[in-house]
Amino acid sequence: MLDGIKIIVLGLLTLLFGLAANAGLDAVFRFHMTLFMAFFGVWTILAIRSYGKKPAPSESSYMDGPIKAGVIATAFWGIAGFLVGDIIAWQLTFPELNLGLPWTSFGRLRPLHTSAVIFAFGGNALIATSLYIVQRTSAVRLWGGNAAWFVFWGYNLFIVMAATGYLLGVTQSKEYAEPEWVANIWLAVVWLTYLAIFLGTIVRRREPHIYVANWFFLAFIVTVTMLHVVNGLSIPVSPLASLSVPLFPGVQGAMVQWWYGHNAVGFFLTAGFLGMMYYFIPKQAERPVYSYKLSIIHFWAIIFLYIWAGPHHLHFTALPDWAQYLGMTFSVMLWMPSWGGMINGLMTLQGAWDKLRTDPVLRMLVISVGFYGMATFEGPMMSIRAVNSLSHYTDWTIGHVHSAALGWNGMITFGALYFLVPRLWNRERLYSLTLVSWHFWLATIGIVLYASSMWVTGIMEGLMWREVDEQGFLVNSFADTVAAKFPMYVVRAFGGMLFAGGAILMAYNLWMTVRAVPQQTRDTAAAVPAQ
Amino acid sequence: MEIYQALRTFADTWGLLVLFLFFVLMIIWLFRPGARKLHDDASRQIFRNEDRPKPPEDAKRHDARDQTKDRSNG
Repeated sequence: MLDGIKIIVLGLLTLLFGLAANAGLDAVFRFHMTLFMAFFGVWTILAIRSYGKKPAPSESSYMDGPIKAGVIATAFWGIAGFLVGDIIAWQLTFPELNLGLPWTSFGRLRPLHTSAVIFAFGGNALIATSLYIVQRTSAVRLWGGNAAWFVFWGYNLFIVMAATGYLLGVTQSKEYAEPEWVANIWLAVVWLTYLAIFLGTIVRRREPHIYVANWFFLAFIVTVTMLHVVNGLSIPVSPLASLSVPLFPGVQGAMVQWWYGHNAVGFFLTAGFLGMMYYFIPKQAERPVYSYKLSIIHFWAIIFLYIWAGPHHLHFTALPDWAQYLGMTFSVMLWMPSWGGMINGLMTLQGAWDKLRTDPVLRMLVISVGFYGMATFEGPMMSIRAVNSLSHYTDWTIGHVHSAALGWNGMITFGALYFLVPRLWNRERLYSLTLVSWHFWLATIGIVLYASSMWVTGIMEGLMWREVDEQGFLVNSFADTVAAKFPMYVVRAFGGMLFAGGAILMAYNLWMTVRAVPQQTRDTAAAVPAQ
Repeated sequence: MEIYQALRTFADTWGLLVLFLFFVLMIIWLFRPGARKLHDDASRQIFRNEDRPKPPEDAKRHDARDQTKDRSNG
C-alpha cells in the first residue's frame, strides 16, 4: 500500500518536472528541470523494481553504503575543485587562458571552484564522516533507512545544479551563496532530511552520553539550515525562471550576506570539521582526547562567539560603526576558544608523539590542527580595523582563506579518507604509506608556497594602493599593482599544482587500497595493529 | 524604527545577560563533583562499538561494555 503511494507520488513528481522542463522561460531552468525529471524518474523505476520487497532488518550492522559513496564523491570533487582552482590561478597569471569564451571565463569558474571545494568536497566529506561517526559513537544503525541515500544523491544533484548554473551564467551573485532559488529550495529539503537522520540516530543511541564530535556536527547542521534559509530568501521573477530578486536590499542585504558568509566559515568549515578532529585524531592516535571538559568549553565558546563575527567583512562600509566594532571584538575573542581547541587536539598526542614518525596519516591530521591554529590567529588579527584597512580586498585575504581551507579542511579530510577507506572496504591496511608521505609533503609545500606568495603580494598591493605623493595624489594605478603581482601569481599557481598533484596521488592510493590490498580478517583485528 | 530600537535594546540588555549567564553556568556545571568519571567514560566512547551496533539489551547496562577493540591503521 505504502509502496504504491510512493510510486504514484514519485511518478507525479517526474511528470511535474517534465512539464516544467517544457514550459521553462530560460534554457538553464529547462535544463535543471530535466535533471530533476531524470532524478525522480530513476527513483520511480527503483521504487517499482523494489515493490512489495521488505528490506531485511539489519539493526545488527552499521549503514555504510552512503558513507562509501560519500568518500568516493569527496575524492572526486576534491580533485575537480583543486584543478579548477589551479586553472583560475593560471588565468589570473596569464589572462589569455580565459580563452575569450563566457563559459571558461574567470568570473564563472571562480564560483565553480569555491563551491566545488567548499560544498562538494567539504560537504560530502562532512556528510560522510558525520554519518560514520554518529553511528559508531551512538552504537546504533543510522535512523531513517534509505533516507541517507536520498541525502547523498540529493546533495550531489544540488552540486551539479549549482555548478552547471554557474558555467551557464546563473548566479545570485552572493559570495559562497551563488546558487539560485531552485537549487536553494532543493538544498533546504535535502539538508532537513540530513538533520532528521542525524537527530534520529542520536535520539536512538545506545550509549548514555552524546560524544562531543556529534555536538559539533549537530551545531553545524542546525546553523547551516538557519543561515541558508535566511540568506536565500528571495522572490523568483517567475516560477518558471532561474533568476530571483533578494529580499533584503542595500546594507541590510550586505549584513545578512556576511552573517551567512562568515558563519559558513564558522559552522561549515570550522564546527563541522572540528567534529572530525574530535573523532579521527583520538582514533588514529589511539588515545582519548586530551581534555573532554575543554572540548565542551570549546564547543560552547565557539557557538556563542562565531555567530557575531560576520561584520568584520564589512569594515569601512555603510554598515553602522557599532556593528563593525561588534564584529571585530567578537572576532578577536574567538582566538581563545580556537586555540583552546587546537591545544586540545595537539595535546591528545601526549605520550604518543613518537607515532608521528611512523604514521603519515596521523601526521596529516596533526598538521591540519597546526594550520587551524595559524589560520585562527591570522583571522582575528585581520579583523582588527587598522589591520583590515591594509589587508581588505588584497590577496592577503586569499592567502588567509587558503592556508585555512587547504591546510585545515583539506588536510583533515585527507587524513579522514585515509582512515576510512581501509575500514569501510574492510582492507587490512592502506596500499602505500610512502604515497601518503608524498601526498603530505606535496600538499604542505604547496600550501607554504601559496600562503607566502599571497602574503607578499597582498601586503605589497595594500601598500601600493595607499601610497600618495607629497601633493596627496595616488602614486599607483590599479594596473600597476596587477603588473607587480605577476611573479607571486606564478608561485601561487605552482603551489596549487603541487597541492592538486598530492590529491591525485591520494586518489590512486585509495583506489589501489580497495583493488589490491587483501581483506581484513576480523578475528586478528584486535590482536595485530597493522603498523 | 521602533521595532529596530526595541529589538536592539532587548538584544544588548536581557538577551546579552541571558546568553552570558548560560555560558557561565555551563562552565560551572562542567566542573560539578563526579563529572570527571562521566567525562573520562565519554572520551573513551570512540573506542567501543567500532564494528557493529550495541545489541539493544546491552544498552541498558552501561557497565557491560563491549571491549573488542579497534585496530590501528597506518
